[in-house]
Amino acid sequence: MKLLVCVSKTPETTTKIQLTGDGGDIDTTGVQYIMNPYDEWYALVRALELKEAAGGSVTILNVGPADNDSVIRKGLAIGADDAVRIDVTEEKDSLYTARQIAEYARAESYDIVFFGKETISYNGSEVGAMVAEFLDVPYIGEASKLEMNGTQATVTRDIEGGEEVIELETPFAISSAKGLAEQRIPNMRGIMMAKRKPLKVVPPTDFPDTTRIAHYDKPEEKGSVKLIDADNMDELVRLLHEEAKVI
Amino acid sequence: MVLVYAEATNGQFKKMAHEVVVYGKKTADVLGTECHALVLGDASGAEDLGRFGASKVHQLKSPNLEKFDAAVYTVAVAEAAKKLGATVIVLSHNSTGKSICGRLAARLEAGSVPGANAIPMMKDGFFTVRKPVFSGKAFADVQLLTDVKIISVAGNSIPVEELGQGGTTVEALDITLPEPRTKVVKHQVATGRVPLPEAELVVSGGRGLKGPENWGVVEDLAEALGATTACSRPVADSDWRPHHEHVGQTGVAIRPNLYIAAGISGAIQHLAGVNNSKTIVVINKDADAPFFKAADYGVVGDLFEVLPRLTEAVKKYKGQ
Ligand SMILES: Cc1cc2nc3c(=O)[nH]c(=O)nc-3n(C[C@H](O)[C@H](O)[C@H](O)COP(=O)(O)OP(=O)(O)OC[C@H]3O[C@@H](n4cnc5c(N)ncnc54)[C@H](O)[C@@H]3O)c2cc1C
Repeated sequence: MKLLVCVSKTPETTTKIQLTGDGGDIDTTGVQYIMNPYDEWYALVRALELKEAAGGSVTILNVGPADNDSVIRKGLAIGADDAVRIDVTEEKDSLYTARQIAEYARAESYDIVFFGKETISYNGSEVGAMVAEFLDVPYIGEASKLEMNGTQATVTRDIEGGEEVIELETPFAISSAKGLAEQRIPNMRGIMMAKRKPLKVVPPTDFPDTTRIAHYDKPEEKGSVKLIDADNMDELVRLLHEEAKVI
Repeated sequence: MVLVYAEATNGQFKKMAHEVVVYGKKTADVLGTECHALVLGDASGAEDLGRFGASKVHQLKSPNLEKFDAAVYTVAVAEAAKKLGATVIVLSHNSTGKSICGRLAARLEAGSVPGANAIPMMKDGFFTVRKPVFSGKAFADVQLLTDVKIISVAGNSIPVEELGQGGTTVEALDITLPEPRTKVVKHQVATGRVPLPEAELVVSGGRGLKGPENWGVVEDLAEALGATTACSRPVADSDWRPHHEHVGQTGVAIRPNLYIAAGISGAIQHLAGVNNSKTIVVINKDADAPFFKAADYGVVGDLFEVLPRLTEAVKKYKGQ
């Protein structure tokens, strides 16, 4: 099976988001970056498991600048065979990113294209669906289980308050949620081998912007907490009803 | 025209569907145009969507819509939008909306904002939509630069209001749909509790609960309030609770009216997914727990004593 895992780079989860003075941008001073957790923990690992069971190859793809190579190398250290970086140096929107991925993937005819269910930075959860539309293949969002039997797939996806089980044939695209696989920590051998694995850099194709972020804001800080005596829960209920008006 | 895809769940319109129609009507007001609703498949109460602001309802029925398939639903919404001349398409940012929002944007080559949490505005001459980013650590104002624009709306972002009359005419749409290439073999939804992303009241437990066998105190309070239960990540990772209850930066992001957190320390990754809740109550025996800084109300005490007391107080209040 020929598998593609699309990964993105996001600020590390403990990052306190700071804005530039006018809110025009995110202040990236001192920000540490990681591979987007859904991409690393679930999408990549499930792809590797399928390859281990049935043979084939796992390629990592990232759309971004050369700075992203550290994140790509981590994916190779975890076990991917090779990687592609589409060399985009500016911040671009989801549709632009999806077009780059689709342009590349179309020529390669992958059996399954994996995504994370969203990035923890822009929380878009749309790149996978976009790529699926450009490639004209089925798309299953928020998959928590994926079993393969030849070209036949059985996927479980999370829906509000439950789940749905779907059968389909390759090729298709899915986005990966918790449950799909267990996080793998790269070992020393993997890290050494990753240095020698091929990382191909491809120039982007030109497409127009469809959206632009004009401004960022931070949520209002909470005022100081009102402490309620642990013996007086009637008071808490009264406040929730009369002051907060939530019950 | 603003076209709202109002999703019917098992033939019924739920709160999320009403929310998006209200959102669509308010968007239409900003643009000085009309709001129409689109219904896919069989549903009762389509004519009632007028109450939330739709001046017309279009319904498309087809055997190919009986089970959800993202590609087929995308064609249905995209072709309806083209046929009816919609310039803005609005949908819910739920599992259905997330599966089709991106496909629609690709198909129509349209700019999209997934997970918007405020009504669009015209700012500096651009149609601008606000959404949370970094799992709620910040908000971004996104300008949509294309003629056709797509917005999916996060649940609980705007209040449901009555903005019009019921009894709207429902017009049948005729669109040829492709055959689905996926087959839904099982569809299972727990009945009773409101699913977490839609819940207005949430009671959440962390590692302070010590083990799955102790969850009765959380469930009792949730039961008394009519709330949905949630948990922190280590709790789900240890299989004390099902993974769909995991809230935070790498779990579900929620914005209920009331979030009660017991035995949760308030790590930054947890706060990211819950800090847009309207009111936060924190119960922790450690007065220095970081969560208190993000709370509206705090109770310093042992949750095994505090939660049952709170449950009694809620029952007493409800009994009045
Ligand atoms: C990449 C990454 C992503 C993450 N994503 C998430 C996420 O999405 N969601 C998430 O929740 N976490 C996430 N985490 C984990 C996060 O950093 C914290 O470890 C986690 O939130 C802690 O869970 P907790 O508050 O339940 O447990 P703890 O931090 O152990 O806190 C338990 C609390 O219970 C209190 N307590 C104990 N006994 C009692 C008692 N009897 N009565 C009252 N209080 C009591 C203690 O004082 C303590 O404050 C992530 C971590 C990483 C590295």
